[in-house]
Amino acid sequence: MAEALTAHGDHGGPHAHHPDLQHHFDTLEQQHEAATLGMWLFLITEVLFFGGLFLAYMLYRVWYPVAWAEASRELDITLGAFNTAVLIGSSLTMAMGVRAAQTGKQRATVVWILLTMALGLVFLIVKYFEYKEKFEHHHVPGVNFMFEGPQAGPAQIYFSLYFLMTGLHATHMIIGFFIMAVIAWMAHKKRFTPEWYTPVEISGLYWHFVDIVWIFLFPLLYLVDRAGHFA
Amino acid sequence: MAMSITQPRVDYLNHEHTLASWLLTKDHKRIGILYLLVVTAAFFVGGLFATLLRLELATPAGDYVAADTYNKLFTMHGVTMVFFVLIPAVPTILGNFVLPLMLGAKDVAFPKINLLSWYIFTTGFLFTVYAMVSGGVDTGWTFYTPYSSRASNTNVMATGLGVFITGFSSILTGLNFMVTIHRMRAPGLTWFRLPLFVWAIYATSLVQILGTPVIAITVLALAIERFLHFGIFDAALGGDPVLFQHMFWFYSHPAVYIMILPPMGAISEVIATFSRKTIFGYSFVAFSSLAIAIFGFLVWAHHMFVSGISVYSALVFSFLTYAVAIPSAIKVFNWTATLYRGAIWLQAPMMWALAFIGLFLIGGLTGIFTASLGIDVHLHDTYFVVAHFHFIMVGGAIMGYFAGLHYWWPKITGRMYSDIWAKVAAIIVFCGFNLTFGPQFILGYLGMPRRYWAYPPEFQTLNVLSSAGASILAVGYILVGIYLVASLFWGKVAGDNPWHATGLEWTTQSPPLPHNFETQPIVTEDAYEYAVREVKVG
Repeated sequence: MAEALTAHGDHGGPHAHHPDLQHHFDTLEQQHEAATLGMWLFLITEVLFFGGLFLAYMLYRVWYPVAWAEASRELDITLGAFNTAVLIGSSLTMAMGVRAAQTGKQRATVVWILLTMALGLVFLIVKYFEYKEKFEHHHVPGVNFMFEGPQAGPAQIYFSLYFLMTGLHATHMIIGFFIMAVIAWMAHKKRFTPEWYTPVEISGLYWHFVDIVWIFLFPLLYLVDRAGHFA
Repeated sequence: MAMSITQPRVDYLNHEHTLASWLLTKDHKRIGILYLLVVTAAFFVGGLFATLLRLELATPAGDYVAADTYNKLFTMHGVTMVFFVLIPAVPTILGNFVLPLMLGAKDVAFPKINLLSWYIFTTGFLFTVYAMVSGGVDTGWTFYTPYSSRASNTNVMATGLGVFITGFSSILTGLNFMVTIHRMRAPGLTWFRLPLFVWAIYATSLVQILGTPVIAITVLALAIERFLHFGIFDAALGGDPVLFQHMFWFYSHPAVYIMILPPMGAISEVIATFSRKTIFGYSFVAFSSLAIAIFGFLVWAHHMFVSGISVYSALVFSFLTYAVAIPSAIKVFNWTATLYRGAIWLQAPMMWALAFIGLFLIGGLTGIFTASLGIDVHLHDTYFVVAHFHFIMVGGAIMGYFAGLHYWWPKITGRMYSDIWAKVAAIIVFCGFNLTFGPQFILGYLGMPRRYWAYPPEFQTLNVLSSAGASILAVGYILVGIYLVASLFWGKVAGDNPWHATGLEWTTQSPPLPHNFETQPIVTEDAYEYAVREVKVG
């Protein structure tokens, strides 16, 4: 790990107080490094947070491979694949937004962030229709759950995990959407400069993380036993 | 910043007086005080439950409270003490106050998040208190399924939500401290010049960051299973209730190290200061903290030896549990080696620290008993286990907390408490503690199970001893409260460095300036250079 730089002096001059430099930091670099390290640590906690559900998934998939294959076929692979593409696209627009902020293109920053939000919204709308379909087919766990055949019990566990994992992911998307709204507003107010764009960068880290979670969820939930027979 | 104040000294306590200046403060020192208030309140709530438990157990018959009430009492005692006292006490109170001072920093890395942590913590506590007064919860603090998911008709949801909320406070505090230690050290303060308290806080933060999210998702899954009738742990659907135990203990065993590592750090400071010596084997003590944090994640299933886990995994977990004893023993050896030929100055903090070493030793050694597979089958869920973990958590964590609180109290408040009363309290608590929990080892070995409100008459003598000890313990704790509060009004002014200790926190005034130091400190020596210092002082 790099040491906190206290006497660097080649950015903005010594003691030329940047308005965004908080009182307890010596330099903007120190502040930036602290913020990014904090976000990376936060993402590690997120990995562990989702990790509990991945553990349960792993255990039950090994125990009930037949139920997993049957229940997984109830998911719409086309919508899932479409949403995967949407999210990967949103990661691209996010990365472009960070780059724009870094290079001082304030107008472009706003546009890229708004595009990211739009793609996030598309994902959530598609997810809504997927959930709606599950309600209609009684695939929501609980008293109204219905599933043909002897695998009904484990299939209910599958759908419990499906809703917990995708629900938690969607919650993170919604939170990310509002974070991006704040970032877009700050960018619109020309708050970011090549010297200080930390909020864009760490919000971008969060956004990419949420995308990566989906990259794992999609194959685990949608692609069980799909080899050879698409849809 | 004012540089040359002579007459009325400005400090973090007197520079602002309004209620808002406390409730909206971003000063780590004030946030530490805020935590002190809530954690102390929680300690009294948890202590009240313990008092009622020991009253019931004074007689063999279940006569004072009903069986259901008793179940709620031990559950709420456990929940309050674990989540709202033991886990937060040292990191959030002492850690918040002294960590930035020790690093020569103006504040923690994220002061707003630090304040947010306190609000989350307090919200979680109030939520849990609400759950308790509106009916209570009876699952045991471990919330085992299927009892918690299907059978219990008490306030499992509300309590679980309180614990869930509080978890985020713990995560944010750990994250904040870890970034602070990485990025806010004063010039010259290299990793191996850090006080050992900082190493302990660092190791604790690691456990908080890696462990707490897992209990959060576990409790969330439990809540959804209970409320929406999902099936994650439901055996009726083919689910595995034991999976809950695995996920629960994956956090809750490392949580033991969240409770004990920070007090261990405080003990290292106190032992070095009052032995007037550098700590014996600095790097061993530092790395043993990290080793405990890492090994701590690999031993969770030793809580589950009788839960039907495979014999082979039980063997591995038993072996790994023995392995944790090594870094723990290193600490005890190094503290005693520090005492050896030290110029021991028996002030009050040292009394608490010595009591800690003795009690932690017993707690640790009895942990070896419960770690061994064959013996654990006999001892599992008996009072032996209750005694063992109270020796670690109360004899260890709370004693260490008090050692640290007595050590830094003059820095925090600027006042000195009565040394003689503090020593008397330490002796009372030490005696009361041993009388309370010593007999429980024997009770457990004789086969008295935990969590029952009545017991066979032949166990009465030992139970009466235990209840009597609990009343002595209560007197000791109340005494601490009295003389510490009294010191605020009548205590003599402590001075900047009453213990003539090393460490940056003693180089600023007491109570410290709002921004800690007049000028940025620069570190040129290792921690605990008492040999050098004695020469300088003369």
